[in-house]
Amino acid sequence: MISTMECAADAQSLISISLMKIHNSRTQRGGIKLHKNLLVSYVLRNARQVYIKEKYAEIYRMQQYEEVMTVCNEIQELNPLDLDAEDAEDEEQARSACCSAEESLCGAACHRGAAQPVAHARTASALFGCSPLEDGSKEPDPCYYRSCCMEPSPVSHCDQFTANSNMHCNKTTVLDLDTHVVTTVENGYLHQDCCCDALQCGQGAQSPARKRKVEFGCCVSDVEDVSDFTAARKRAKREDCCYSNLDYTDTSNISNLISIFGSGFSGLLSRQSDLEQICSKQVLASLGAWTRAIVAF
Amino acid sequence: MAGAGGGNSDVQWCFSQVKGAIDDDVAEADIISTVEFNHSGELLATGDKGGRVVIFQQEPESKNQPQCRGEYNVYSTFQSHEPEFDYLKSLEIEEKINKIRWLPQKNAAQFLLSTNDKTIKLWKISERDKRPEGYNLKEEDGRYRDLNTVTTLRVPVFRPMDLMVEASPRRVFANAHTYHINSISVNSDCETYLSADDLRINLWNLEINDRSFNIVDIKPTNMEELTEVITAAEFHPNQCNTFVYSSSKGTIRLCDMRASALCDQHAKQFEEPEDPNNRSFFSEIISSISDVKFSHSGRYMMTRDYLSVKIWDLNMESRPVETYQVHEYLRSKLCSLYENDCIFDKFECCWNGNDSVVMTGSYNNFFRMFDRGYRQDVTLEASRENSKPRSVLKPRKVSTGGKRKKDEISVDSLDFNKKILHTAWHPLDNIIAVATTNNLYIFQEKLN
Repeated sequence: MISTMECAADAQSLISISLMKIHNSRTQRGGIKLHKNLLVSYVLRNARQVYIKEKYAEIYRMQQYEEVMTVCNEIQELNPLDLDAEDAEDEEQARSACCSAEESLCGAACHRGAAQPVAHARTASALFGCSPLEDGSKEPDPCYYRSCCMEPSPVSHCDQFTANSNMHCNKTTVLDLDTHVVTTVENGYLHQDCCCDALQCGQGAQSPARKRKVEFGCCVSDVEDVSDFTAARKRAKREDCCYSNLDYTDTSNISNLISIFGSGFSGLLSRQSDLEQICSKQVLASLGAWTRAIVAF
Repeated sequence: MAGAGGGNSDVQWCFSQVKGAIDDDVAEADIISTVEFNHSGELLATGDKGGRVVIFQQEPESKNQPQCRGEYNVYSTFQSHEPEFDYLKSLEIEEKINKIRWLPQKNAAQFLLSTNDKTIKLWKISERDKRPEGYNLKEEDGRYRDLNTVTTLRVPVFRPMDLMVEASPRRVFANAHTYHINSISVNSDCETYLSADDLRINLWNLEINDRSFNIVDIKPTNMEELTEVITAAEFHPNQCNTFVYSSSKGTIRLCDMRASALCDQHAKQFEEPEDPNNRSFFSEIISSISDVKFSHSGRYMMTRDYLSVKIWDLNMESRPVETYQVHEYLRSKLCSLYENDCIFDKFECCWNGNDSVVMTGSYNNFFRMFDRGYRQDVTLEASRENSKPRSVLKPRKVSTGGKRKKDEISVDSLDFNKKILHTAWHPLDNIIAVATTNNLYIFQEKLN
């Protein structure tokens, strides 16, 4: 497992440095050096994996926080006289959960999820995404909270989220704490891709945020992807071989140039249609030249 | 005499000579890119980025100074490769000499192979110390005589002249490599040689330059699936059917040409499992092998990756028998080294004559020797400050802890622009050639 000092911020700078190296290699005397660019692509892939993990953990965390706030607001709107004792307890615990620190939020929910009665508890625990079986989960600290949140099947969580979002919230706003980009999720459609900013920062491109229709199914697959990462991370914690099994057929739908460096040169020559839909024109222009150079070999 | 050298306390190294410009302003063309002794050690060849080859010859030992072995003086200089342009791909082909390999001497002339990224050339270096005189139809300066003035005929004779060393290209082996050539190696049969690029290895006959056999091809059907490239290749010193090639993934494959025409199936694969505790963003880069060299005996081979030198027993594939850390203190600096591209530096390594000591370069013009028998290592520096004749080189030390002792240099003070990538060890004596950026240092064992 990559040492904890190499966090998402370093991954982001490594991504931009690597992309710059690849870009500069096109104009170097003697032609593109295959060996060096292969090694740079490995760094890019490693950094991307770390970056995506961190990003999704954060998005997930923010979305959960938003939902908790929504639930809290809804609970506050209810007539207190209609609640029975158990629900009052839920309300108190929900409030305390809302008020507690972000990292401990999941922990509280997880621990609470084990002992909940039916209706509200099911909704709450579903929204928290923590399985009732997960009462063995550890108290999350910044290093491990991600696994705490994401160990249960995220697919089911997302399905429930979709259902719940249709019922309870048509619009969710997520603030990316790293890039301070505001993302709005409306009926399952994302209007801003936080991950694109990393590329834009790296490339220096300043394309405006474009309305992008991404099926929520995409996000589900992304989260599934993330669950693969977390599952791999689980193995890493037990076996310390997080990166021993390289997935060269990674087909993540992350819509930026980073995604095409999935493994080695995989993706450099493919997924052109995806990129045309999603990436900015500047990125596409540079990518095109790069793929032409590769194909020239 | 090929005694034990390097790390043990009996051997001291002293400065002998330095070749190259003194000024700090280094011309790109003068950067040394390869260094190689010939089989007797009498000749030392260097190649540079400008496509030139300079050959030094050792003077015979002087009776006046028995303590010193002969000095190396310039013997021949010639332009081996010129810059070229590939019009089809719109790519410039650098003239930089990537490798020089000497052929075993068969007659009075010397032969060497030199290669750039695309083309290998066989050069004949011969001496001329006589010239014919007394032509009937030509004057001495070459002008043709008026036939009316020719009244008698005479037989031209050879007369002594000042020694002239001529280098002439005898063969040009071109158009066989799509990717950049990184290695050439002459077979022990003295008839064939191999050339390796990033994805393929070709087998040539020294006499035939218009065709070669492809013996290794690791190019995937779909280039998207490319995961590793060939970084170095070498023939076995005794077994003409055996060669090895190293990869960017840190594996070495040994192939037997008797098994099949195409040696994609390796006979042996040498690989050490990665230590998961050392996993980082740059694990793939630092595990890439930059050089592989057989021992003179042929029993062992040595590989160099970014941080270490490993000795492998050909009979054991699972792990190296010895591992030497060259500059482990750089492990925590990999991010900076990635940013300034130093992490891509390809260090070479070499054996001494009796395989007891190995040597490789580092930064700050340091180079390291590891004595396998005495399990000692030493760090020495090639610098103009230590270049008084016969001055003994003082061992250097890099301080890794917080407290820096006197005469130690801290990691942050290392000059990463001063790197020693190419070193060579005389095949018989304790004489070493160490190339800094544009200077060639020659050190000898101190003889009492």
